[in-house]
This record gives sequence, C-alpha cells and structure tokens, in this order.
Amino acid sequence: MEKPLTGHIKAEGIPLNIREYEVAGGYTGVQTVLKKMQPMDVINLIKDAGLLGRGGAGFPTGLKWSFVPTGSDVPRPVYLLCNADEMEPGSFKDRFLLEGNPHQLIAGMICAAYAIQAEKAYIFLRWAYKKAETILRKAIAEAYAEGYLGKNILGSDFSLDIYVHTSAGRYICGEETALINSLEGKRAIPRAKPPFPTTSGLFGKPTVINNVETLCWISHIIENGADWFKNLGLNGEGGTKLYGVSGRVKKPGIYELPMGTVMREILEKHAGGMTDGYNLRAVIPGGASTEFVMEKQLDVKMDFVSLKAVGSRMGTATMTVLDDKTCPVAFLHNIERFFAQESCGWCTPCREGLPRVEKMLLAIEEGNGKEEYLESLKFHTTYCGPGNTFCAHAPGAMEPLQSGLEYFHDDFMRHINEKHCPWRSND
Amino acid sequence: MLTELEIHEIKEEIKLYPYAHAACIEALKIVQHYRGWVSDESVKDIAEVLSISASEVDSIATFYSRIYRKPVARNVILVCDGMSCMVMGYQSVYEYLAKKLGIQWGESTTDGRFTLLPISCLGDCDHAPSMMINNDLFHNLSITQLEDILEKYI
Ligand SMILES: Cc1cc2nc3c(=O)[nH]c(=O)nc-3n(C[C@H](O)[C@H](O)[C@H](O)COP(=O)(O)O)c2cc1C
Ligand code: SF4
Ligand code: FES
Repeated sequence: MEKPLTGHIKAEGIPLNIREYEVAGGYTGVQTVLKKMQPMDVINLIKDAGLLGRGGAGFPTGLKWSFVPTGSDVPRPVYLLCNADEMEPGSFKDRFLLEGNPHQLIAGMICAAYAIQAEKAYIFLRWAYKKAETILRKAIAEAYAEGYLGKNILGSDFSLDIYVHTSAGRYICGEETALINSLEGKRAIPRAKPPFPTTSGLFGKPTVINNVETLCWISHIIENGADWFKNLGLNGEGGTKLYGVSGRVKKPGIYELPMGTVMREILEKHAGGMTDGYNLRAVIPGGASTEFVMEKQLDVKMDFVSLKAVGSRMGTATMTVLDDKTCPVAFLHNIERFFAQESCGWCTPCREGLPRVEKMLLAIEEGNGKEEYLESLKFHTTYCGPGNTFCAHAPGAMEPLQSGLEYFHDDFMRHINEKHCPWRSND
Repeated sequence: MLTELEIHEIKEEIKLYPYAHAACIEALKIVQHYRGWVSDESVKDIAEVLSISASEVDSIATFYSRIYRKPVARNVILVCDGMSCMVMGYQSVYEYLAKKLGIQWGESTTDGRFTLLPISCLGDCDHAPSMMINNDLFHNLSITQLEDILEKYI
C-alpha cells in the first residue's frame, strides 16, 4: 500500500536531512514547478487532483488558491500561512508530520507559494511542539543553505522566505482569521468574512491558509499527477489520509491509509482493537468538535462525505474511543469545559452559553442534575449552533453535545434519577 | 525596568513586522523568557517600547494562556486534561502530584519549586496520559514514574 506522506518517516524518529530527502526524490516537485510550470498550471493541477483541505473543513485547496488575485497591481507581499496550531483535543496528526518529515512540508510550501506567487510564508506552530520547532528550524536553515529558500530559488526569479511563529496558546488561534490577528500581534479574535483572507488577510494583503497535512501533499501531486492522487482514495475523495486512534485500544497511533477506509478496519485491524477488559461505546471521529459515531455505525467509510451521511464530520480524522469504563457524561463535561475555557468572548451565545452548558453537565455528573437541564442543554445546541455565532467555535462545541444527549439519554437519566454517577460507584 | 538585552531583542523583533505593535506577543514572550512571568511593571515597559497603551498590552497578555501575569515557580508542570487523557486516566496523575506536592491546580509549592497547571491536549493523545514540565514532554504516564520525573527538577 502506498504511503506517500509517512513513507519516509523513520521509526527511530530522526527525520531525513535535506540531502537524504533530495536523494529520496523529495525536492523534485520543487524543481519541476520552478523550471517547467506556470503558477496557474500548479493551481489547475491541484484542482484536478481534487485535494480537499486536511484542516477539518475539507475545502478544495485548488479552488481556495484560485481566489488569490493575480496581475501586476496585486498588493504585495502575498502570504502563505501554514496552520500548525493543532490544539483540538484528540488531534495529533500534524505533530507526526512536522517531527517526522519537515522537508516534505517545506517542499510543499515552496510549491504552494509559487502557485499563489507568495513571497512570505509563516508556519504558525503550537507552542507545545518544542521538538517540532527544533526540527523545523534546522530543516529551514538547511533549505536556505541549499538554495531552496531565499532569493531567486534554484536560479529562478521566484523568491520565498519561511518564518516559524510559535503561538502563545489559545485554541481559537487555529481559526484562520484569528490566526491572522495573532500573527499581527493582536488578541486572536476571528474577523468578519468577507473580506476573505485570500483578498485581504495578513496585514491586509492576500493570504492563503492551509493545514500542515494539506501542504505536505503538494509536491507529491506535482511529481505524480492528479490521476495518481485520485486513485489513492477508495470512495471518490483522493489521496491517503492520516488517521489517528487514541483511547483504550491496543495500538494507539497514526495510520496512513487510503481516503475512505472503513472506521472499523482502522480501529480493529490497525489499532489492534480494544484493550482487554474494555468495550467500545462510541467514537469521536476527528477531534472534540465532531459528533459521536456509535458502535453500530462503525462500518462508515472515513471520508468527508460518508461521515457527514451518518451525522458526523471527519474533522482531523484522529479518533478518540469512548470505552464502557468511562462515563459519557463526564466525558462530555470534559469536552465542554474545554470549549467554555477557550471561547474568545466575542459573541454572547458562546461566551455565556458554553459556561452554562459546562455547569449543567458538571451538576448532572455530580448527582445534582435535574431533568429540565436536559431541555436546557438541548436548547443550547441551537442557541450556540450554526448561524448564531461569529465563528465555528461554539457550533463545533455543540456537535458532540447534540449527539451525546441523544445517544446517551439513558446514562443522563440514570445520573439524574440515582443522584450520582453510576461509574463512580464502580470504583 | 527592562534590561538592555530585553529591549534589544524586542527591537530586533519589531524589524520583522510592518509596525511596532505587531511585535507585542513576541515582546511578552521575551520578557517572560527572562523573568518567568510578566508583571504590571513589565506591561508598562513593553507598552513604552512598542508605543502603545499599557492597557492594550495587558489585554493581549491576559488573552493568551501561555503568558503568565502572575509569578510561577521555577518549574511549571502542565498536566493534560484533554479528552483522550481523561479516558486514559489523567485524574490519577493529577491526584498523585497534588498530594505529593501539597498543591492544587493553579498553585505553587511554597519553596517556589513547582507550579501545577492543567493544559488541554498536548497533541500527544496516542501516548496519553501526557504532561509537560517546562519544555519537556512526558507520556504514557503511570504514577509509579512520577517521583523519578519530579526529581530531575530542582
Ligand atoms: C475554533 C477553530 C479552530 C481551528 N483550529 C485549526 C487548527 O488547529 N489547525 C488547522 O489546520 N485548522 C484549524 N481550523 C480550521 C481553519 O480555520 C482553516 O479552515 C484551515 O486551517 C484551512 O486549511 P485547509 O484548507 O488546508 O484545511 C480551526 C477552525 C476553528 C473554527
Ligand atoms: S463563537 Fe466563540 S470563539 Fe468564535 S468568535 Fe464567537 S465568542 Fe469567539
Ligand atoms: S488529550 Fe491529552 S494529549 Fe491529547
């Protein structure tokens, strides 16, 4: 099975240096782009391949790039931002790519920057990723030394600088317009759209923001073509995908598999199934802002369209398994506490609603809940839901809650009727 | 007062941006690097270097969770309380540390050795439960290892 993104990641953990990655063919995409392709050719190729953004929303990457204005009167510099904030609980795929193969990201960023004619690029890196930071800074220095970054790359008239910016910590920084505010030294509060970043982004200039995994694909697609990419997927969406599994399974970790691989296969075959003594109750498929997938739905294919069809979302595709020894109410409380803490405070439903949700869940978990809380929680799933807030933070927070209220209704009722958490008495 | 070195480093950062106040977060990080936290006085000093108001610097400083506006101990322990670490039992890690050090979330030991803080998801969920002490990551934690880990930090 082909593993384009992780094939060069070595088990012992030291990433390839630039010479080794060149020998492995890793920089041929950059050579091809700079010597043989026009920027528009690159955009069209990525469009043809049908690459969908790996940051969670699955937006078509080539289409996003085509929104960047072209021509001699474009405000400059144009910026390319790599979103490496990865703060959503349960998500750990970008760390794997950053630590495992930094040159894959750099090569992808050079090709992407050429496509949109960006001359400055930032990697917005989560502060906690200390090892990734060291590895990236070293790799970037190597790329400058070999003439892949800086002025007139490989003798062309294309120039690019890449900077690493480490975040000062806050989940909302990962939202693309909040990320831009943060890079400008401000509080990370989302901006109104339009204008979209592609026309007015960082410092008011055209800006493209892509996820780490998205950018890691670019030079591979250039080397191997759109059809190659499409044929890697099983169910209409191209490429492979980094799937992750954490929780009580035998082999938690990252697995690169064809897009559209069945969830059960990932959990049972690759992650080794449940640890002895634990049973699976539900799965959060792609980070804390995605809806539960229940045991009876495990035959769902993991791609953007199929997960939507079962009422969930792919998100980051790093799954967290909820087992039968963990209380689902406590689990939901843990999730909503996170979202309540991380609200940027800009809009009322999110700022006021999420803490109320958190308090009600805590009360139920501690045996002080009332049945009417369930009505109120349900009300909040709309009140904090899509259309009522400035960004997707609060609606994302409501996804696991909405499905949890439905799927775990009996567990909620037991807490309320028995006035304590049934899982705590098992201790 | 900021040191010559701090001012120099902040001015170097300013050069990377179209205007000075864009370097605000970097300036806060620089000061925290040398002092462990950012005091009211430092907020005023940074504001002066960036030519913006102290309240603006403060609103930025308080927004970001990794900028400390209160003193912290020599070593900061960040225990992940994210959902995967919950499933894998971070609570027992916290309870052990709290008992051993005699402090709760948000508190510091009286000898100024450790501050204990929760952190949401370290992006290390496949090795849960996880924690960081200063810049070091520790994972697949079981409480039997914790005593040895703590001993490395004085
Ligand atoms: C609250 C919030 C947090 C987000 N955090 C991240 C993140 O950490 N990393 C990421 O790539 N995208 C994150 N996103 C999505 C980004 O806004 C953006 O859609 C993405 O970076 C675009 O990249 P892509 O098109 O390559 O997927 C977040 C969105 C929201 C609403
Ligand atoms: S939904 Fe929440 S995080 Fe998003 S802008 Fe509103 S208050 Fe901020
Ligand atoms: S939830 Fe603890 S590292 Fe992700």
